Amino acid sequence: MRWYIGRRVLQVIPVFLGATLLLYALVFLRPGDPVLALGGERGLPEAVQEQIRAEFHLDEPFLVQYLLYLKGIVTLDLGVTFTGREVTEVIAQALPVTFQLALMALLIEAVLGVGFGLLAGMRKGGLFDSSVLVLSLLVIAVPTFVVGFVLQIVVGVQLGWLPITAGRDPDVVSLLMPATVLAATSFAYVLRLTRTSVQESLSADFVRTARAKGLSRAQVTGRHVLRNSLIPVVTFLGADLGALMGGAIVTEGIFNIHGVGGTLFDAITRGENVTVVSLTTVLVLVYIVANLAVDLLYAALDPRIRYA
Amino acid sequence: MPDALPTTGATRALRTAPRPGQEHVAQPLTEDLGAVDAVRTQDAPAGFWREAWRGMRRRPLFWVSGALIVLVLLVAAFPGLFTSIDPRTCALSDALDPARAGHVFGFDRQGCDIFSRTMHGARASLTVGVLTTLLVTVVGTVAGALAGYLGGWADTLLARVTDIFFAIPLVLAAIVIMSLASTRTALTVALVLASFGWPPIARIARGTVMSVKNDEFVTAARSLGMGRAGILVRHVLPNSAAPIIVYATVALGTFIVAEATLSFLGIGLPPSVVSWGGDISQAQGAIRTDPEILLYPAGALALTVLGFIMMGDVVRDALDPKARTR
Amino acid sequence: MRTRRLTVLTALGLSGALALTACASGGDDGGSDTATADAGGGVVTVHNGEPQNPLIPTMTNEVYGGMVVQNLFAGLVYYDAEGAVHNEVAESIESDDNLTWTITIADGWTFSDGTDVTAESFAKAWDYGAALDNKQSLSYFFEPIAGFSYDEDVSLIEAGGLVVEDDSTLVVTLSQPESDFPIRLGYAAFFPLPEAFFEDPEAFGEAPVGNGPYMLDSWEHDSSITLLPNPEYTGERTPQNAGLELIAYTDEDSAYNDLLGGQLDIIKNVPSSAFATFEDELEGRSANQPAAVIQVLTVPQWLPEFQGEAGQLRRQAVSHAINRAEVTETIFSGSRTPATDFTSPVIDGWTEDIPGNDVLDYDAELAVDLWAQAEALAPVGDYTLQIASNADSDHQTWVDAVCNNIRTVLEIGCEFYPYPTFDEYLDARDAGAVPGLFRGGWQADYPAMSNFLGPLYGTGAGSNDGQWSNAAFDAKLAEANGADSPEDAVALYLEAEAILFEELPGIPLWYNNATGGWADTVEDVEFGWDSDPILYQVTKSE
Repeated sequence: MRWYIGRRVLQVIPVFLGATLLLYALVFLRPGDPVLALGGERGLPEAVQEQIRAEFHLDEPFLVQYLLYLKGIVTLDLGVTFTGREVTEVIAQALPVTFQLALMALLIEAVLGVGFGLLAGMRKGGLFDSSVLVLSLLVIAVPTFVVGFVLQIVVGVQLGWLPITAGRDPDVVSLLMPATVLAATSFAYVLRLTRTSVQESLSADFVRTARAKGLSRAQVTGRHVLRNSLIPVVTFLGADLGALMGGAIVTEGIFNIHGVGGTLFDAITRGENVTVVSLTTVLVLVYIVANLAVDLLYAALDPRIRYA
Repeated sequence: MPDALPTTGATRALRTAPRPGQEHVAQPLTEDLGAVDAVRTQDAPAGFWREAWRGMRRRPLFWVSGALIVLVLLVAAFPGLFTSIDPRTCALSDALDPARAGHVFGFDRQGCDIFSRTMHGARASLTVGVLTTLLVTVVGTVAGALAGYLGGWADTLLARVTDIFFAIPLVLAAIVIMSLASTRTALTVALVLASFGWPPIARIARGTVMSVKNDEFVTAARSLGMGRAGILVRHVLPNSAAPIIVYATVALGTFIVAEATLSFLGIGLPPSVVSWGGDISQAQGAIRTDPEILLYPAGALALTVLGFIMMGDVVRDALDPKARTR
Repeated sequence: MRTRRLTVLTALGLSGALALTACASGGDDGGSDTATADAGGGVVTVHNGEPQNPLIPTMTNEVYGGMVVQNLFAGLVYYDAEGAVHNEVAESIESDDNLTWTITIADGWTFSDGTDVTAESFAKAWDYGAALDNKQSLSYFFEPIAGFSYDEDVSLIEAGGLVVEDDSTLVVTLSQPESDFPIRLGYAAFFPLPEAFFEDPEAFGEAPVGNGPYMLDSWEHDSSITLLPNPEYTGERTPQNAGLELIAYTDEDSAYNDLLGGQLDIIKNVPSSAFATFEDELEGRSANQPAAVIQVLTVPQWLPEFQGEAGQLRRQAVSHAINRAEVTETIFSGSRTPATDFTSPVIDGWTEDIPGNDVLDYDAELAVDLWAQAEALAPVGDYTLQIASNADSDHQTWVDAVCNNIRTVLEIGCEFYPYPTFDEYLDARDAGAVPGLFRGGWQADYPAMSNFLGPLYGTGAGSNDGQWSNAAFDAKLAEANGADSPEDAVALYLEAEAILFEELPGIPLWYNNATGGWADTVEDVEFGWDSDPILYQVTKSE
């Protein structure tokens, strides 16, 4: 096992290089010339544009830019944005609130999704199961930007139960609504995955054995059914963390959270490659750590899975 | 072949009446044991897939969801059958008008007939959804199953490649790919969504395969002399199919909606293509005053997703021997 | 089993580490030291965004930084709500020939760090802004000054365009007469800078020192900027409140919802989703008035079907096919006003009667007729008109509406052609590669007609994106720029507009109104000619 963890940690390096290379290629292929947009509608004088391009090495060939970027990572000098701010500062500001938001969303979707899925799986075909199906449908079919908007108006403005935006002071209470919105679609996945797995487990032999042994329903569920059903769910949750962190663009916009998603989207639209690549690098590292945790959890959940 | 059990005395009739002084403790048998345990030797042999099909056919849910899917596909393929109004002929003077004769869903912000747009929008939305889901499922399952089943180097390689693709933000990829494509069609959007949407399925497939491959029946199949590939396809995959199918049916819905989000961000289908996603995104702007124009495309989307999810449930039940209810 | 336990512990440990990182650094302090109100009530919270550049006046080419800079500095003149020009730091600005201007600086002005505002503060600031090596975005504002160059790094002071005669006298020599030069001087590009700037421009960009009604208290990036009243300010625009907190929003809808929920005092742009409801919802605490912003459909000169005589007829046909009144009512709920010229109603000298502006009237039959005439001359047959813009903004809805008009009336195709990002759009535009008409909006830098005409339609001008060129127009503009009095100038500008109506290098659509709103916590809110709220006069009870 120790070897396994060690090997996985070593594998971080090729994954990191592969992801950043692919990323840099995409960013390089991005059409348009970001320097043009720096001057707003009126544009900057030609000579000024040339100077800026030289400063950001935008005229260099692909490999040169990529190697310069790697050097920056190693020396932790990630460069400067078009507005003059240090990229490290931008990341340091956007990352914590996004982390908090994503973890809260993950918690909500895990607890609610597994809980509802468990109940629905145990009562297959019942009223609860059908209502849960309708709920998951609603959550899938209505896009985030609608859900978020409506929730903000109803819960925030009209009822006043929760803060409307979370920009100025992102604490747990003000992040509650955005986390729920963010968790909504994933909740449907978790719910249905749990439900399916639970149904499968319930008809398995070991459950009959356990009941025959005299264990109560609760004990059977808690000790046997749940653990065996959780593999796909845990997989999904691990995958979701990274997606939540990098993809919360719409939610962050609606609730005025200045997090990674919004910053990344702005940087992509503006063509600010330094920020795009640096932020995504951080996300890559988060994915890697989360996936490692998930893989280790597999072994804990299912003793049949062994790592050489 | 004998069609009854050998006579050992088990078929002789049982007493149904208790002797004096005795009571019945258990219910007396009312049916012939031999009939119950008889083997239907004259029936045709049924393979795995035929069994599955038979199982599906018997469930009402299959027919309901099947009908829904066929209806949606029909609308997507032949919208002209359902409406004769051009979805792009719009008169501003009709904007946001309520329903009236010949226009059952009313009008949107531009004065376009919503019913017509909903009918015509099915094609683009379904193309994006179905195509993306197919691509994602195939690529993801193959990659994940191989990784989980083969283990060792293959697992490491495939899992790391999956990690690499996970990291790329969808928006960035969408902007680059959509800009490089000369024309933006549903196919382009599908390719964009698929190229970065396959990792989750790969991971799920890998996880399930990893837990199934150590099951007893796999060991049994190996000892019977089946080849690794055969085991993977005929035993492991069907048993791991459940979460993949579940994920895929939910993913279908989210891919159609993702198209709406891409439109909302300005990098989706071009406005000349009528789609539910585009309509939902445009309806957002009128949500404070006329929220109902959102309901029609969203409702159509929900119905489609419902159909596929229910069908997914049925298929999963049929394929997965463990999920069969008694 | 030891292995199992180790696995579980590691997995939990990793998850725990992730969680702890979040909790430890999350819940970040977002609060700055809020201003304690001495006199004048509370701090007004205003909707803004994150400035895209350091807070140096000549780098501020976008509205978020602009809002900050406008309140931190006082220029030679300022504009009131109607766009009328008043002297501020300048005592007088005089010229005999519109070529050489003598500016007298009033006494007693100081920056918030105590240093004096002198003629040199202006001269050195303008010099810095104009110099090529300094890469300032607004350098083109100094183009009229003699000695300015786009090709080499020059100093206007050394070239003689700017002469500091003494502490209160600055002499500016232009390269050609410009009758409206004094009007321009209220724009951010012409603000003065203290010595502190020249010692360390980078630090200044983070913490600017100005001579305006407010001074910077703190700048929390991507969160908020707090401004407090500047005790050194000696002008007329004394703040009536205890300060301003400019909150950074990325989305106008979230700002509007905050306003409705009592979390924001002033919103300076109502989101398009609320156009139909905001006036009722805010119970009259809203503004919906014309501003110096116009939306035009630019017809590029590189489209063959719009060239020559047939092209002229087609431009007119398209203009007549657009029902501006209907679009502004239906799509914009009255937050836009149909255009009747190329400038704006808030500009001095604006009139509805310019010869040729009936081309902006909706007339379906005439449109069809004109298009048919064009077809007879140079047919294009089955044609699809494209209207291009950048997609990362809310333009699709009105372009669709305009296209619907054109499609229905002229029976040709019409499509919105979106560019996914702004710079791609600019790139295509600058390269002359846009395959159709494109949106050409213009927001006036200063309240004068010349600002709407010169930069957009002068030959080779900075924002003449359609690459239109007309000698008669250029001559008329030059004549107007050299006119003796503002009234003469206006008359000549109107004649220049008549030329524009004949040629239609762009098709004016509508004027954008200033749409804003405020909560019941504040009073005396007024929106100005530039669609920005006039913040110094806003009062807020404690």
